[in-house]
Formats: sequence, structure tokens, C-alpha cells
Amino acid sequence: MNGAPSLDEVDRTIINGLQGGFPVCERPYAAAAERLGLTEDVLLSRLQSLIERGLLSRFGPLYNAENLGGAVTLAALAAPRERYEEIAAEVNAFPEVAHNYEREHALNMWFVVAVEQPERRRQVLAEIERRTGCKVYDMPKLDEFFIGLRLEV
Amino acid sequence: MKPLNHDLMTPTPVDETDRALITATQAGLPLVSDPYGAVAAELDLAREDVLARLRRMQAQGIVRRIGVIPQHYALGYRANGMSVWDVPDEHAVELGRQVGALDFVSHCYRRPRHLPVWRYNLFAMVHGRSRAEVERQVAQIAALLGEDCRAHEVLYSKRILKKTGLRIGAG
Repeated sequence: MNGAPSLDEVDRTIINGLQGGFPVCERPYAAAAERLGLTEDVLLSRLQSLIERGLLSRFGPLYNAENLGGAVTLAALAAPRERYEEIAAEVNAFPEVAHNYEREHALNMWFVVAVEQPERRRQVLAEIERRTGCKVYDMPKLDEFFIGLRLEV
Repeated sequence: MKPLNHDLMTPTPVDETDRALITATQAGLPLVSDPYGAVAAELDLAREDVLARLRRMQAQGIVRRIGVIPQHYALGYRANGMSVWDVPDEHAVELGRQVGALDFVSHCYRRPRHLPVWRYNLFAMVHGRSRAEVERQVAQIAALLGEDCRAHEVLYSKRILKKTGLRIGAG
């Protein structure tokens, strides 16, 4: 694995300084750039480049899906090693599966299920159990303690 | 610190125009001088309407934040550990607030146990440049929890199998 990507001071200023608080107004990039000591043109071109280089997945609003009336849950299963890839493909095939991670544990597959209709959550999990033959452990959040992202690069 | 509880997690109604606005912006804002105006034009709305809707959704907590959405892994945060903790249920909310307030914790949740397979009820995501850094962070959480920590583990991610992000209109 190679280490940290090449980021210069401007990139760092943008990533560290713009993790929230982007204004909602007519010329938001100009306003945000001024706060960061940059120009609007530089901010726009740097954001474009950071996205193209895969260092940002996007720039914009982060929505809270649960507040829209849908449901999101974290679920886990223990996939037998010899069927791991096949089970991953089965799980990933569901459009409701937003993220899926292989983790080092007896429960070795962890995925996030997001549905617009809350009652679909149990249906999707039951369907995943049926198709994979693995028991699915449903771990919806009961409380959230959220401050926001404070990634420092 | 914004702990959410069950009462606050009841859905907030959004109308069709809000949904269209969310769909148009959830993959990112246009990188142009007047991005909200550009979105408004695409949706056949007035810019002022888009601005007012976004401000309202911010106040309602539907918009969590507007800014950069980083790729931790690409930025050198290669060690992503899901630390999981077995703490007494009666202290879990207070402890969750304290853990969630630590700088290196990006998300902290209380979740149900599945005994006997899964005993952990508090989850804290920590991101570090190396496992050694994550281990130091986990030790800090353990110190903070003290005797309330009955057991813990760190589940490292080995591989991203899928990452599309949460999208409305996906199913």
C-alpha cells in the first residue's frame, strides 16, 4: 500500500475547512472561497480535481435518509469462506444494499440496507437470508451520537 | 452533539418538490458559480425556492451538512476500525455521547445485541492511517469507558465489497 496521497496546502485547506457549513446563497463557492482565503475559480477547479482523483466522493449535501421516512439498518452475516464471493455477489445484487464490507470476524460480512418503505427492511433481510442460506443479524441504530466529520488531512 | 432518540427519529414529511431536489443533489452539487440556480433551472424552480427548501431541510436535520464528502481510504486513512463495546444498557446513552464527542470517532451508535452470538451494544467507527493509530484510539475509548467496558473488539475492514452510498429512488 502506498501512503498518503499528494495533497498540497490548498487541497488540505479545502478538505479540512469545508466539511460542513457550505453556504446556501446565490454565489456559495465565492463566499466559501473567501472564508478559506482562496478565489472562487481556485476552489471550483480544486474540487473538480479532488473528485476526479477519487479523494472526494462528491461535494454537496449529505442527507439523512431516515429523516425522509425510509429506514436504514446495519446487518451482518457469517459467510463460509468457500462461498464468500458467491454470497457477496448475492448480497450486492440487492439495490437496497448501499454499502458492504468484508470484516475480520466470525461475522465477516457487514452491509447497510436502505429502503424507502420501512416495512421493506424486514422483507429485504429475509430475502437475503433465503438467497444466501446465512442467518442475517439485524442491527438498526437505537441511538445516534453524531457530531459530524472532523477528518484532518 | 446531537443525540437522536426514538421520538426524534419519526419521519419528517417532505413533498414531491423536496424529493426532486434531493434526487438532483444527492450525487453532488454542480461545480459552477451559482450551483443552486443551476439545480433550480434543471427542476424548473426559482432559485429562491431551492434556497428556502434547503435551509428548511437543514433546520429539520434532513440535510446533515453541505461540504466535501471525503474518501477516507484514498486520503490515506487505510485503517478503518469498527470498534464495538459491551456496556451496561442503563449507561449506554451517556457513554455513547462521551465516545461520540471524541475527535477520531466519526460515527457512534447504540445498537441491539444478539446474544449469544453478538454481545456488543455500542459501536464507534474510528479512522486511522495505520492499525497502530487505531489501536491507540481504541485504548483511549477503553480508558474513557473504564469499568463500564465489559468487553470490546475492533473489526477491521478487509475489503469494500460495495459502496454506492445512500440514494433515494434506489428501491
